Amino acid sequence: MASLTTFGNDLYTGKRSINFVANRRVWFSVAIALVLFSILVPIVKGGFNLSFEFTGGSQFTISPVASADQDKATDAVAGVVPEAVAKVTTVGNDSVRVQTNQLTNAETDDVTEALATAFDVDTSAVTTSFIGASWGQDVTRQALTGLVIFLALAFLIMALYFRTWKMSAAAMIALLDVLIITLGVYSLSGFEISPAAIIGFLTILGYSLYDTVVVFDKIRENTSEDGENSTRTFAESVNLAVNQTLVRSINTSVVAALPVASILLIGDFVLGAETLRDISLSLFVGILVATYSTIFVAAPLYALFRQNEPEIRKRDARILEARKRSVEPDIAPAI
Amino acid sequence: MAGRSLTWLGVTTLALLAILIGGILLSNASWAPKLALDLEGGTQIILKPNIEDGSQATQEQLNQAVSIIRQRVDASGVSEAEVNTEGNNVVVSIPGEADEETRKRIEASAKLEFRPVLVAGQPSNTFVGEDGEETPYPTPDPALPSTPTAKPTDASDLSQVTPALQAAFQAFDCGQPIEAGVVQPADGPIIACEADGSVKYILGPVEVEGSQITDATNGMRTTQSGATTGEWAVNLRFNSEGTQEFADVTSRLNGLQSPQNQFAIVLDNQVISAPQTLAVIADGRPEISGNFTQESSKTLADQLKYGALPISFTVQSSDQISATLGSSQLQIGILAGIIGLVLVAIYTLFQYRLLGLVTLASLVVAGVLTYLVIAILSWRNGYRLSLAGVAGLIVAIGFTADSFIVYFERIRDELRDGRGLESAVEAGWRRAKRTIYASKGVNVLAALVLYVLAVGNVKGFAFTLGVTTVIDVIVVLLFTHPMLQLLARTRFFSSGHPLSGLDPNALGAVYRGRAQFRAPTEVSRGKAAKSSREATKRQTIAERKQAELIATGGTKSQEKDS
Repeated sequence: MASLTTFGNDLYTGKRSINFVANRRVWFSVAIALVLFSILVPIVKGGFNLSFEFTGGSQFTISPVASADQDKATDAVAGVVPEAVAKVTTVGNDSVRVQTNQLTNAETDDVTEALATAFDVDTSAVTTSFIGASWGQDVTRQALTGLVIFLALAFLIMALYFRTWKMSAAAMIALLDVLIITLGVYSLSGFEISPAAIIGFLTILGYSLYDTVVVFDKIRENTSEDGENSTRTFAESVNLAVNQTLVRSINTSVVAALPVASILLIGDFVLGAETLRDISLSLFVGILVATYSTIFVAAPLYALFRQNEPEIRKRDARILEARKRSVEPDIAPAI
Repeated sequence: MAGRSLTWLGVTTLALLAILIGGILLSNASWAPKLALDLEGGTQIILKPNIEDGSQATQEQLNQAVSIIRQRVDASGVSEAEVNTEGNNVVVSIPGEADEETRKRIEASAKLEFRPVLVAGQPSNTFVGEDGEETPYPTPDPALPSTPTAKPTDASDLSQVTPALQAAFQAFDCGQPIEAGVVQPADGPIIACEADGSVKYILGPVEVEGSQITDATNGMRTTQSGATTGEWAVNLRFNSEGTQEFADVTSRLNGLQSPQNQFAIVLDNQVISAPQTLAVIADGRPEISGNFTQESSKTLADQLKYGALPISFTVQSSDQISATLGSSQLQIGILAGIIGLVLVAIYTLFQYRLLGLVTLASLVVAGVLTYLVIAILSWRNGYRLSLAGVAGLIVAIGFTADSFIVYFERIRDELRDGRGLESAVEAGWRRAKRTIYASKGVNVLAALVLYVLAVGNVKGFAFTLGVTTVIDVIVVLLFTHPMLQLLARTRFFSSGHPLSGLDPNALGAVYRGRAQFRAPTEVSRGKAAKSSREATKRQTIAERKQAELIATGGTKSQEKDS
């Protein structure tokens, strides 16, 4: 790990540098390919797999039962409809409530049979009904309203803080990139989108903006310190900032992803805990993609947005001119 | 400075601890934070719509009711309740036990109307006859005229009190008030009783409707001099239409005789109060007083704010329900969190050597503070920890650790620029502070906006995010930074011991302008030595170029680290 320190030294001084900005065509192509792929996945899979909290579903109430063993119910439902996620609750002392996605009439009958067998009761003790969405349109609408207002305010505040709306714009595009790719990977996994997963996506939105602000603040620092006599073009200053914060970006994403990865591994592969699995998958993917997106999308995009401003263009031209005349055709970070 | 910050942190922690212990000893707080529906279970209340003559509530009415009930439940605190329809009923699942107040809050339709008083009288429906016996008024004769002799000129016109209405009024028993769900004519007079059954009224048509209310809050009543009367009231705020209507009505009633100058506030067919109109209310902000407690005034304010239910409900059943996830999931979550923390510890120690211990100590401090705040909030504000909340707290480890990482990397940057440790800590802090405030500001913004606007689970999420972010800033400000200031003075760190994580040699510190010179001489690792030599060489080139620039006509160059 000591090599990361050395790596950090080299990145800081500019000895070693990764061309995040100059090679933006490559990175943008990769980003666009990823986004297209992420849009294609859910289309091919025929939309997202929403849980019954969003769509409403079927409910089975078994009453009375001798012993309210929740696992029996889960197994009974899984035996008939393997892909259904059943939420089992005991109600009062002697009844069990099972909620699943909307089932067909045939499936409903089969599940009723299976539940009756599992709890050793007559099928007449199992009643079925249709339940509405607990996370209905109104909840989604309120959450979306909140989100849109948050993004608008974040755009405004970042524009004021960084004194340029172009940083806000780059950050928002990167945010969109994170969201689309995370949703794409989530769709690929085939997991249901549950309220827990939505909470995960919201966390990721926050994390993505947060990560971008940290890196952009270094960019702001570097570019505002570039006086008239800087030896770096604007794009190079941006690139240097990204390189200088690269070790931080790696460390942070590792530290943030490690606990989530352990939840994901233990929650899903070892013990099969559904809520934990939903939220940790969206978080794990999101953290990695957010870090990637800040570096490979937000920063180069910002440089692209600003490089054609007359002042920056003039200064860059002067710096390049001076560089050409210098003895060593150096400074331009390469590798 | 450092000492003072640490003292403040200690004081804050002790104060929080004292509040929690006080709450446990004197009230019903507990050491363990309360858990949400998914982890602990709670109460399931099934509400059946009050609809007569066998017709059914429409899906639209039910959806609207679900939305309003959800807002009402949310308004009682961050409880992460679940509200949905089941068949033709509405099911409300709330964590913990449902007390009477909660049930009332949920089931009441809360249809509010303002009607002028026409006649006020005794609540009884009996009279003492000539024989000295108490006899009930007879059931009104249907032959009595029920249309006014003259067309009423306004809502207070007594011509509306027809003989039929008068007879019905006399025969009306306040012991059997009209139920909440019954729809009464809005454009004609009605008979209603005071909620406690003390007065019986004939009221004119509806003049202002509750749907015109834009906001409702509860508070203590104050006298004109601003002193509180100790009486709870609900303060209403009307939209412009309602404000105009209210001003018109109060200016008309102001000139009338008692009881016609009374303006009755009718909630679910009961008069909660009928104050005399002493002044024209032109600002659209009337106040409702009655026999309110703090709780009941808050309940009514919340009900009025989110609007009346399209139909009223009665509680059909109220049952205990178990957790949907079971305790095993919480244990898995906690276990996974601990394993994650150990991994984070190993990684930071590798990365930052002994400085990693500062990170871990900071995380522990943040953990203790978070625990205390959550335990207190779960006691005072009804905060409940759901599994998603647990996951949010685990992710907060990443957010929190990032503050330290940003800070440490800035210190390292300053060391690379050749500063001494103490000045590097200060300079690094100045730069890191800005970044930390800006980035945490984004998180706090997200938390605030979502908390105010969203409902249900999202509200709970926003709450957790806000709490952890604020604690994170407090910890880095009052713990991590002062600790580093203190550590920078110790020999172990200031001499740049290879294990300190702040070894200037390993960091390739180089000569930079007027800053303190630290020669990148003997370095333990060959790689580091090579890199710093190269860095020195490179810097020379850069400096040469700067000199060149000056020669080509630039002004005096700026020192990067000045």
